Amino acid sequence: MNIVIKQGRLMDASQQLDQVKDLYISAGKIVAIGEAPNGFKADQTLDASGKWVLPGLVDLCARLREPGSEYKATLLSELRAAMAGGVTSLACPPDTDPVLDEPGLVEMLKHRAKSQALAHVYPLGAVTRQLQGQLLTEMYALTAAGCVGFSQADTTIVDTQVLWRAFEYAASFGYTLFMRAEDPYLAKNGVAHDGEVASRLGLKGIPSAAESIALQTMLRIGQATGVRLHIARVSTAESVELIRQAKQSGMQVTADVSIQHLHLTDMDIGFFDSMVHLTPPVRTQRDRDALRAGLLDGTLDAICSDHTPVDDDAKALPFAESHPGASALELLLPLTLKWAAQAKLSPTQALAKITQAPANILGVAAGDLKVGATADVVIYDPEMEWRVDGRALLSQGKNTPFVNHAVTGKVTTTFTQGNLVFQQENLQTL
Amino acid sequence: MDVHSAPPLMTLPDPEQLLEHLYAQIKPRIQENTALVGIYTGGVWLMERLLKRLQTELGHDILFGKLDAAMYRDDYAQRGLKTSAHPAYIPFDINGKHIILIDDIFYTGRTTRAVMNELFDYGRPASVQLAALINRGGAQLPIRPDMVGADLPLQAHQSFELAMNTLGRLSLSISESASSAKPGVDDHV
Amino acid sequence: MYNPQLNAQGQLQHLLSIEGLPKRILTDILDTAENFVGVAEREVKKVPLLRGKTVCNIFFENSTRTRTTFEIAAKRLSADVLNLNVSTSSQSKGETILDTVNNLIAMHADMFVVRHQQSGAAHFIAQHVPPHISVINAGDGRHAHPTQGLLDVFTIRKYKPEMHNLRVAIVGDVLHSRVARSEIHALTTLGVPEIRVIAPRTLLPTDVEKLGVQVFHNMEQGLKDVDVVMMLRLQNERMSGALLPSSQEFFQTFGLTPERLALAKPDAIVMHPGPMNRGVEIDSAVADGKQSVILPQVTYGIAVRMAVMAILGGGNAA
Repeated sequence: MNIVIKQGRLMDASQQLDQVKDLYISAGKIVAIGEAPNGFKADQTLDASGKWVLPGLVDLCARLREPGSEYKATLLSELRAAMAGGVTSLACPPDTDPVLDEPGLVEMLKHRAKSQALAHVYPLGAVTRQLQGQLLTEMYALTAAGCVGFSQADTTIVDTQVLWRAFEYAASFGYTLFMRAEDPYLAKNGVAHDGEVASRLGLKGIPSAAESIALQTMLRIGQATGVRLHIARVSTAESVELIRQAKQSGMQVTADVSIQHLHLTDMDIGFFDSMVHLTPPVRTQRDRDALRAGLLDGTLDAICSDHTPVDDDAKALPFAESHPGASALELLLPLTLKWAAQAKLSPTQALAKITQAPANILGVAAGDLKVGATADVVIYDPEMEWRVDGRALLSQGKNTPFVNHAVTGKVTTTFTQGNLVFQQENLQTL
Repeated sequence: MDVHSAPPLMTLPDPEQLLEHLYAQIKPRIQENTALVGIYTGGVWLMERLLKRLQTELGHDILFGKLDAAMYRDDYAQRGLKTSAHPAYIPFDINGKHIILIDDIFYTGRTTRAVMNELFDYGRPASVQLAALINRGGAQLPIRPDMVGADLPLQAHQSFELAMNTLGRLSLSISESASSAKPGVDDHV
Repeated sequence: MYNPQLNAQGQLQHLLSIEGLPKRILTDILDTAENFVGVAEREVKKVPLLRGKTVCNIFFENSTRTRTTFEIAAKRLSADVLNLNVSTSSQSKGETILDTVNNLIAMHADMFVVRHQQSGAAHFIAQHVPPHISVINAGDGRHAHPTQGLLDVFTIRKYKPEMHNLRVAIVGDVLHSRVARSEIHALTTLGVPEIRVIAPRTLLPTDVEKLGVQVFHNMEQGLKDVDVVMMLRLQNERMSGALLPSSQEFFQTFGLTPERLALAKPDAIVMHPGPMNRGVEIDSAVADGKQSVILPQVTYGIAVRMAVMAILGGGNAA
């Protein structure tokens, strides 16, 4: 199958590419940019004039809810949502039921995902069995089964000796640990940022210190063990500063922020909007500004969707009883570009935060448009203006805190491995 | 009688004279067990004026009270509770008393109905009579004043306004409402 | 700003929290309550305003005392009252809060009085009822207890009508107290210039100063020259552990004794939302003393709740 995407604005930070050119795909690979290769005969020609042609997005954290929570979402529903959002590679945390702590479960997930032939699914194995923070998993066997790294999802390893050993063990094999920093005692029963808003609403707070205290511990152990450490979903100004200092001191550490935290603050909870019940909690304007600044100066490397589909019943509850999380795969790209526009950052540089940078952190070949690369390609209409509507999401999770937010730009077409896997309906009318 | 087609009044009477007229009718009805109950707002002014003079001329104290009946009005479901309502003031045992209700303008009779309902929640009076400064016509219930200062028919979109200045002198005016008054909604201001 | 408690005309549609209510609405409620104070002294202790209406007390968290005051208030307005203790019925069978509410809507309830252990539960229910139904928050988690806040300011206004000139101290477990939050909002909205909270740091919410109060950790300093002392109830489960070492130590440091009350103005009044823990937060000599207005608070509480129900229940055609 030979495909040519004509006259799109090709954008790829990894090769400083931002030009209107033709892109040639053959046998699932990108074979040329600009001039057609010798003897190339297109089976399919797409006119992308006025549109952007981007590498497929790479997401560091998307929950597919399989196995175990199929009533919230299924692999198929979420991979379709990923395609609609232009996310062609995604890492999924191990907090499934059962937990991804055995090679058989990982193989099964990989197999199920592969049979859909949609996004590339990269499982993160559990660091400890059952995520209980006590016994290490078989990281070597899990890696052989397809894990690209290890994570405790939203749980913590309370016992610092276990934490130390997990870091040492992962370091021995060069595995990456994707860790969320949160002190479980300071965060106990908390549902919102511990500040003025939570005090007014009478919600149990999670102080910023819950994140910094755990983060300092991890950075210290990371430094001592030399593990490849990735701090997942940073939420506070203090954390940004700690990571900045760690990087300045030469430590190998990377970090991401969720798209929700890049846009929302605790003020958005309003009158107990359970859609803004998130883990970690959204924090103050000051924190959000620091996260944005950290992303600009490279302290934070990547933006993730932290996609967490939640069923309607679990959100239709009083705030503290509702299940946390936001459905975000379909909003990652337009909301990232919205931030870029607000931050006066070029779209190409912003896109690196959801393509090249996360691909590097995961250690996977994805997120660029280089000749020879797998043809994971997204065509994006940068002009289309729309309002977010949870009901219109393809994800089974309709839970978005961005309801009615105005966004500009939408994915019109997605290819993975050179296969057309998503096409926006009624494209002609756009 | 079709008061709604009556011609507009050319000159308005002096309410002080009407009060005089009303006083003459009330005075002979005062017994040992009589109590005057004014209906807010204008009726309370009138009651206080009448009370002062009656006590002076008769030489003994007369029981009195004040009612608003905001909690008994039949337009609550449509209009809600009046925010400027006054607390009820009935400082005597109502059982066996001869009550004279005093209102400024009698119109539909709905206020009187509400006031009587409220009154009976305090006990069982021996009798209830109604005195009104003006009967403007248009009763919608089988209720009529027993004593009136004057019968002055008025068109539906008009209403009388009784006012009292700082010296306690009463004055009367007519106000016009753009839309015709909703029947049964209110019978005095 | 959008306020879920007001309708498009700016009238009260639900009573969920004092916060965000304009002063005119608070004043309307208090003025209306004045009219209801006398109703209980009549031969017929009822007015017909809510005749034919059904008020439903839905208590997801048990509270006989609060439920009773709402029940009396509704009955004095001639409403039919349905009491539902959900903590012991459907919730344990897996029925959701919305199932419960929808069932009561189907039974043609007109007004819901809701108590729930979670902050925001009353807002949540108010978002899910049709427009002809009003919701009154009778306490949600730590968030709000607006009728208590209103009856407290009603009581203060009775004894100290010069609200613009008052110094008020709120003493005790502010952290877990919906009463304290509602009191603070009611007092600030009505223009009370100085509100103090007196408690150890463990019983104060983060950034409590941003609610417009001054913080004291010392009773002697905090009570100095105040006009009103509002005590809070200390729940049993907070009395020992990591928040407080013991109830004895709390009484020693923050209990209201006659000696400490003497530091306040000589005509200061003492309030408590009840039920009291004598010897923990308040000395019996103070609770039963001349400056105590704790029982009038209960009486006024009924009038205030009647006023709220009467305002919410009327004017549907407006």
